[in-house]
Amino acid sequence: MKEMLEKIRAAAAEQLEAVTGEGELEALRVKFLGKKGELTAVLRGMGALSAEERPVIGALANEVRTFIEEKIAARSERLKSEAVSKRLEAERIDVTMPGKDIKVGSRHPLAKVELEMCDIFRSMGFDIVEGPEVETDYYNFTALNTPENHPARDVQDTFYITDTLLLRSQTSTVQVHVMENREPPIRIVSPGRVYRSDAVDATHSPMFHQLEGLVIDEDITMGDLKGILEIFSRRMFGDKTRVRFRPHHFPFTEPSAELDVSCFVCGGKGCRVCKGEGWIEILGCGMVHPNVLGMSGIDPEKYSGFAFGMGVERIAMLTLGIDDMRLLFENDTRFLEQF
Amino acid sequence: MMLSMEWLSEFIDVSETDIKSYCDRMTATGSKVEGWETLGEDITNVKLVKITKIEKHPDADRLLVCQVDTGSGSLQIVTAATNVFEGAYVPAAIAPCDLPGGVKIKPTKMRGVPSDGMFCSIEELNLTLHDQPGAAEDGILILTDEEIAGHVLGDDIRDVLALRDSVVEFEITPNRPDCLSVIGLARETGASYEKVPVYHTPKVKGSGGDISDYLTVSIEAPDLCPRYTARVVRNVKIAPSPMWLRRRLRACGVRPINNIVDITNYVMLEYGQPMHAFDYTCLDGAGIVVRRASEGEKFISLDNKDHTLRSDMLVIADRTKPVALAGIMGGANSEILDSTSTVVFESANFNGASVRITSKALGMRTESSGRFEKGLDAECTLPAVERACELVEMLGAGEVVDGITDVYPGKRAQTVLPLEPARYNAFLGVDISREFMVKTLVSLGFGVEGDTIKVPSWRADVACMNDIAEEIIRIYGYNEIQSTAFTAGVRPGSFTPAGQYKNRLAGLLTNRGFDETCTFSFISPRFYDRIGLPADSPLRSSIVIRNPLGEDTSVMRTIILPSVLEALERNNNYHSEPAVALFETANVYSSAADGSVDEHIETALAFYGCGDFYSLKGTFEAVFADAGIKGVCYTAVRDNPTYHPGRCAKATVNRKDGETLLAVFGELHPEIAAEYGFDDTRVYAGTLKTDMVLDLASFWRLYTPLPKYPAVTRDFAFVCDDTIESAAICEAITKAAGKLVENVSLFDVYKGAQIPEGKVSLAYKVTLRAADRTLTDEEAEKASAKIMKALDALGAQLRS
Repeated sequence: MKEMLEKIRAAAAEQLEAVTGEGELEALRVKFLGKKGELTAVLRGMGALSAEERPVIGALANEVRTFIEEKIAARSERLKSEAVSKRLEAERIDVTMPGKDIKVGSRHPLAKVELEMCDIFRSMGFDIVEGPEVETDYYNFTALNTPENHPARDVQDTFYITDTLLLRSQTSTVQVHVMENREPPIRIVSPGRVYRSDAVDATHSPMFHQLEGLVIDEDITMGDLKGILEIFSRRMFGDKTRVRFRPHHFPFTEPSAELDVSCFVCGGKGCRVCKGEGWIEILGCGMVHPNVLGMSGIDPEKYSGFAFGMGVERIAMLTLGIDDMRLLFENDTRFLEQF
Repeated sequence: MMLSMEWLSEFIDVSETDIKSYCDRMTATGSKVEGWETLGEDITNVKLVKITKIEKHPDADRLLVCQVDTGSGSLQIVTAATNVFEGAYVPAAIAPCDLPGGVKIKPTKMRGVPSDGMFCSIEELNLTLHDQPGAAEDGILILTDEEIAGHVLGDDIRDVLALRDSVVEFEITPNRPDCLSVIGLARETGASYEKVPVYHTPKVKGSGGDISDYLTVSIEAPDLCPRYTARVVRNVKIAPSPMWLRRRLRACGVRPINNIVDITNYVMLEYGQPMHAFDYTCLDGAGIVVRRASEGEKFISLDNKDHTLRSDMLVIADRTKPVALAGIMGGANSEILDSTSTVVFESANFNGASVRITSKALGMRTESSGRFEKGLDAECTLPAVERACELVEMLGAGEVVDGITDVYPGKRAQTVLPLEPARYNAFLGVDISREFMVKTLVSLGFGVEGDTIKVPSWRADVACMNDIAEEIIRIYGYNEIQSTAFTAGVRPGSFTPAGQYKNRLAGLLTNRGFDETCTFSFISPRFYDRIGLPADSPLRSSIVIRNPLGEDTSVMRTIILPSVLEALERNNNYHSEPAVALFETANVYSSAADGSVDEHIETALAFYGCGDFYSLKGTFEAVFADAGIKGVCYTAVRDNPTYHPGRCAKATVNRKDGETLLAVFGELHPEIAAEYGFDDTRVYAGTLKTDMVLDLASFWRLYTPLPKYPAVTRDFAFVCDDTIESAAICEAITKAAGKLVENVSLFDVYKGAQIPEGKVSLAYKVTLRAADRTLTDEEAEKASAKIMKALDALGAQLRS
């Protein structure tokens, strides 16, 4: 009987090794361990054994059963893992093929740049306000210290609707509305469309965008003007940006200045973008003229303030490397989707 | 304003600074430099030589072989010029050397004879007959004894012909007409370099006679002519001006003409005071009248153009006719000619606004009018006319008659301001000494006595504290101001609701694949035709621009859609993009009843190749859901000519004051699509009343508890007439099942086999749920029965 058990063990080991699927494995389990299986058949003959032999053979039979059970379990485990590997291998894909694009639209580059500028000023406590685009000449000129027949009215050729109604030629108009409607302290910026009678070319457009800023409070100094615009310039053009103020003239500010920033492309060494100057003109600014304060109902003896204005197109073109303003208004999706 | 540095040196010496630093310094103190140029730089190794011997070329009839004395030796130059002669002093480009225009001269052989260089004509030295009168036009420049006086052979021709100079071009702002002059810039230079310029007081000897025998002046319009000053010069000899004067004019960009005309230009550049010289003998009578023109009066200007004048225009007239348009241009009838013998020099002051209006109305912008319209200093007329007469005597151009005519009805009071150093410092955020302030003001021509500042007559732009502060700080240096951050209280900055919503909407639309466009606010009225607006559509009454650039930008748009459709068209035409989706949010403009202009925010969107009507509608639904607007009704619109009559809808909400329109959208009418070049492609478009949406929007969201009890779902498939609108069925189901209905969704629409013609099969999934219990089967069945009954009433039959 001992030999029979060893034979079963050897046969099971050999046959289990050759198994290729779960079905075969189950058939072998029945064959060896089932109620009518080989091992059961052997155990049935135990009664014929002597009392001495019975425990020895019993122990051996149990050992063989355990051996076969473990063998089956191990084999089953291997078969499963082989099946998983096979499936994974079959599902292999070419990961170097291009990804699928889920189309998301783009905001217009001007809107993006305008939003970026607004966010910088908002972080410094400026409110973003809007004003009308169709204005009276009072808001566009007179209230900005540019009376009738002032030469400055010539500088910017304006689109007129009637003798007194016009398309604003600057966002500075919003300064006046804000001063009329708010009490100091005032801290605002105002982005928007403006219009001048310039034919379309690479650097001009009859419609473009400006961002105007105004701060009014007691004890505002020209140092404050410099401070705020320096912070803006560094946030907009990079931490290493240096700024330079040059005297200039605007009817609505006194003193007035133009602000240059060190070229953010070459760092000031001189390149194509800054035309070899190392500096790029960015905006006009100045201390609000007392006539402007007075006309809008703010006491120039008590309050002072500063204002600034910049062209959104100019800053967008400089920072995005756009060399032709027309691209901004042609709305070619191949252009729009780059930003 | 072009400034000759050689001319400037007559007033102030800045030779120790190089031209680049000079330009930087002047820009920093407020006189912005546009650029600078070194004259004569392009001429090297051209020398004054004398021709000692001329022989014929052995092998060429037209060439001459010349021996020249260069002062340090002799050279041989072969020339084709015919005006050379032995003993002539000429400029010779001695090889190797450079000439203007990038010309390089090398030693060469001409028909076998070596030539060491080339004689120069005026053209080769970049001069014209105006610069060098009397020179041969197509021959070598033969220098006169006068021209070579003080020079020796071998001298650089740039020194002989005074061709060396540096010219700085300033961009002078309109508030500083005083800086449109050499003296004005000398003053600015002095303040910038802490130096005192030497100003010159003109002295006129006179030649007897009495001006009152020649001229009387009366000003009939003192409001337009505050001052009129004149002198008379007799026995005038019209001739070219001397070289030094011609060179200075040339450096400043003015073409030399003759001595009298050149003097007027010279004085204008030096003093900033426009001058006018006219022929005395052309005057009818001795009386000059400064008066307004009579309406319709005729005038022929110096450039031979006819003008019809208006009664608000100022003229200088004799007894019978205008001889000049005040401050703008002289008349052809009194022009200085070679035969002129007696000249009147007019140095007057005119009202800037009047000159500006006249020059604009007549389309005549001159150097003179450009200066007058900025408002000039009336005090300047006298020194200017004296300087002109001094130059007449210096140049021997004529005899100055004794006496000056000077009528001055409009003398201005001097502006006086307090000196307030502490206030300037507080305002500027600096700590500048009173001493520096006073020194700066004085160097700029201000008078400072104690605590009083007297503003000079040429600074009409200075009228208040800020102006004085600017004078001080621009010389002190803007960049010396310490940057500070103001110390106002902490406060948040925010967008307006409209500004914020525009960004939010743009985010939603870009997420759904739309690109944002930026198109012009002004359009062509033809844009309305393109979208098929009826002739009587109120959208056609646009605000019209009176002076548009062209018809295509002539009216303010009342609707954005055609602009976005045009962008769509362009993308399709130019690069056949298979799918494009665009949107734009901007203002539209309309006239209000009171004549003012209403501006409303609107959003237009349009696409092709990437969706259908229902994806378009889904976008609008998403917009309203995002804005928290509930109860939006969608109704078919069959009569909007822009859209397909069977595929257009409007979105509205009912408010207390009636129905509010939020959007109109749909598939473009095939004819409109074709108009934009889409013959076989369906285009979808819509307009959102953005400010209405914002008006109704509520972005505040309150938490709704998640359901605790399971839902029961029931599917209903039924057949009904295809004219029944889905919205009606949905509403019937909701109404029938009452408050247990959580959601009704259409999940299948079928027409075709097994469904009779004119019918449609619709399948809805209805979700039922109670918040406080699990629904029993009986409850669900009861609700289903009600739904079926309601559908039955609509004529819809359950499919088995």
